[in-house]
Amino acid sequence: MPDLAIIIPSVLNGLTTGALYALVALGLTLIYGVLHIINFAHGALLMVGLYAVYFLNATLGIDPYVALLIVPPLMFALGYALQRGIIGKASHGRDENILLVTLGLSIVIENLSLFVFKSDTRAIDTPYSFEVVEILGAFLPLPKVIAFAGALITATLLWLLMARTDLGKAIRALAKERKGAKLVGINTEHVFAMSFGLGIGCLGVAACLLLPSYYVNPQVGHGFVLIAFTIVVLGGMGSFVGALIGGLIIGVVEALGGLFLGESLGQIGIFLIFILVLIFRPTGLLGHKV
Amino acid sequence: MLEVRGLVKSFGGVKASNNVSLSVPEGRITSLIGPNGAGKTTLFALITGFHKPDAGSVHFLGEDITGLPPEKIAQRGMVRTFQIVQPFAGQTVRENIAVGAHLHVQSRADALEKAEDVAGKVGLGDRLDMDAASLTVAGRKRLEVARALATDPKLILFDEVLAGLNPSEIRDVIPVIRAVREEGVTILLIEHVMQAVMSLSEHTWVLNQGALIAEGTPADVVGHPLVVEAYLGKGMAERIAKREAHHA
Amino acid sequence: MKQLVLLGLVFAVIGLAPFVISSEFTLNLVIMVLYAALLGQAWNILGGYGGQFSFGHAAYFGTGAYTVAVLQVQLGINPWLGLVAGGVMAMLVAAFIGFATFRYGLRGSYFALVTLAFAEVLRILSNSVPFTGAGVGILIPLDQSAANFQFASKQGFFWVIWVMTLAAFATVWWIGKSRFGAQLMAVRDNEDAARALGVEAFKVKMGAIMLSGLFSGLAGVFYAQYFLYLDPYIAYGPAISIESLLVPIVGGLGTLFGPLLGAIGLHLISEATRELIGDLPGISLVIYGIVLVIMVLFMPRGLAGLVRRLWPKPAPAKAQATEGGHA
Repeated sequence: MPDLAIIIPSVLNGLTTGALYALVALGLTLIYGVLHIINFAHGALLMVGLYAVYFLNATLGIDPYVALLIVPPLMFALGYALQRGIIGKASHGRDENILLVTLGLSIVIENLSLFVFKSDTRAIDTPYSFEVVEILGAFLPLPKVIAFAGALITATLLWLLMARTDLGKAIRALAKERKGAKLVGINTEHVFAMSFGLGIGCLGVAACLLLPSYYVNPQVGHGFVLIAFTIVVLGGMGSFVGALIGGLIIGVVEALGGLFLGESLGQIGIFLIFILVLIFRPTGLLGHKV
Repeated sequence: MLEVRGLVKSFGGVKASNNVSLSVPEGRITSLIGPNGAGKTTLFALITGFHKPDAGSVHFLGEDITGLPPEKIAQRGMVRTFQIVQPFAGQTVRENIAVGAHLHVQSRADALEKAEDVAGKVGLGDRLDMDAASLTVAGRKRLEVARALATDPKLILFDEVLAGLNPSEIRDVIPVIRAVREEGVTILLIEHVMQAVMSLSEHTWVLNQGALIAEGTPADVVGHPLVVEAYLGKGMAERIAKREAHHA
Repeated sequence: MKQLVLLGLVFAVIGLAPFVISSEFTLNLVIMVLYAALLGQAWNILGGYGGQFSFGHAAYFGTGAYTVAVLQVQLGINPWLGLVAGGVMAMLVAAFIGFATFRYGLRGSYFALVTLAFAEVLRILSNSVPFTGAGVGILIPLDQSAANFQFASKQGFFWVIWVMTLAAFATVWWIGKSRFGAQLMAVRDNEDAARALGVEAFKVKMGAIMLSGLFSGLAGVFYAQYFLYLDPYIAYGPAISIESLLVPIVGGLGTLFGPLLGAIGLHLISEATRELIGDLPGISLVIYGIVLVIMVLFMPRGLAGLVRRLWPKPAPAKAQATEGGHA
């Protein structure tokens, strides 16, 4: 039986990872809440963000945290353009068509990067990559602690944006009542694209916070996206608080599962949680019953 | 034929249906009226199995059907139409109606033939090969009636088949509903269009804020003070009564 | 009836292939087109006619493939029996997934997600349990004889896939002409309205997913015997799930001949790209993805829709669109 000295660092580690998962899931849940579709290209777009951060660092020497000023706006623009130019035009009256298009985009992006970057795994070297901080007697990598704080700050900012700004109001109106929002003069296409852009922008932030303690390869999105799906389903599709709590829970479950069961079984555990929740509580643990 | 006893249903604290009991006798056209948000459509959904009631029971042909799913209820001979028409878009009028006919008809050819027959009855005989989505509103309402009728029901629940139609269209559809009754099908209808209720139904139930407030012949019911109040606002009945007393 | 005649004609013409094609390479191409049409028709039953978009059809394909391979390699069971077992197992997996999801009314995004997740779970499982050969995969020993479902020439394989594909197409023809099919399409177009008319939506969808799983599983069995090698990524990976849905989407969802048109179209595209830019890893999936996006954006009715636009059916006497009579 492992004692607290092993469990506490494991839990703390899980929380820091979980915060990043939550950030990825926030984008997904925002998009779902407004557009009522699951963005199957989410993982692929996270990978794009990670490559952007990687190349900014490798070619121009830009620090990943400085890249926070560059990558998220670029990702936002990319998301906006994708929604306005491709995804939004695909429905032909059926939401399933939108699902197909995001699936198609993910296939293209992923395999194109496999083609361009090969399957090599790349990481960056920063002076602080191996710094540690001591919390509750546990030593945690500095980048993960920063990522944890950054994820919470981003979530707060996003929440403020939704609660306090006109854009946030428009997004919420559109999420609730599409026709009504259109009637009161909301430019729905623009607001849909803004929401999608924000969701993808979150991925940009996640990429900057993630890379100093992680790596990038063309498949890196896979692991995240299924976890993000799980979190979104667990927290209730479209729920912000749910995504945050769900992210932290999954992070801790994964860390403890890895500690007790080994890594590959831990992964199946996440899938099983995912399937069970989808089947028995499709509106999420915090959501209402259908 | 249909006995509803003490139906209760709440959505997040709002009682959409509050202890509603009513009955529909065989062979008649019974109607259910009430202002917007009175809970009429909810009541239909409870009766036909689209929602499960929190309490109360629904008996149809003497059997308890409370909580059965809609398809089982339809198989027993009670079908509903939808206020917001729900055609199978992309399928023709004939194919739409055949879905109803298939309830008791196994063969595709027979079902399609029956669909033609029913389409003729509701006045869609000249539009059999049209895509259901390209019908006018009035055409879609007829399609709703036809699909329900094609299931050979004993009881049809019409949810505002006349809403959204102009007066001349209403005049065209009313005989269709009468013809359904002539075939021996009992009818319960929700209606906003008072003219239709007055001319079609023999007995009326009035619902307001989830509860029944009156019943009787349509002529009786429209003069009932609670009904006037429900439609025109609180105090209105008193004012009208006072004014009438004043004039007298 | 006209469709049945056309179907017979098309398969009769395809059936001439082994007699007129002498090159193994070309015959292989025909086999692969039939195989893709089978995969696509399987998906089409559930997705095209039933409106339930599965992103994880590899779950059935892989189950069929692994069943025949594992039975042979681990238990020495004849692959013809394995063919039956593979179809049945795939159908059971489909029944399980269908029961779990349709019971709780999952549709749209949720259904796509659950099916994707089930395929992934099976991939991880087959990657970790010993009897599937785990990550190394499973190799069916070469032992060529018809009794062993391994043919020395491509002709034998051709007839197997021809029969399987014909069976799938005949089933879909029947769907288009039966009460089951009418109810399935009603559920696709409006589930509530269908239920209000007495359609047992759950049962109908179960029927569709099981038929769909069966034919996907048969495609998997064929794949295993044709290539004699499987690993978790081939059997349960995303490529099969994507091909399954892409074929009918390219060809025309919910149409009888769509999957055949789609299979031909896709093979033409991938052969053409191979000619143009060579055989690069991952490039075929890039093309598939682009094709998927383009089809959904610009040709949601697929090639079948295009065919119909070019050779329209004689239009029925145009009925009056307005309410008749006294207006």
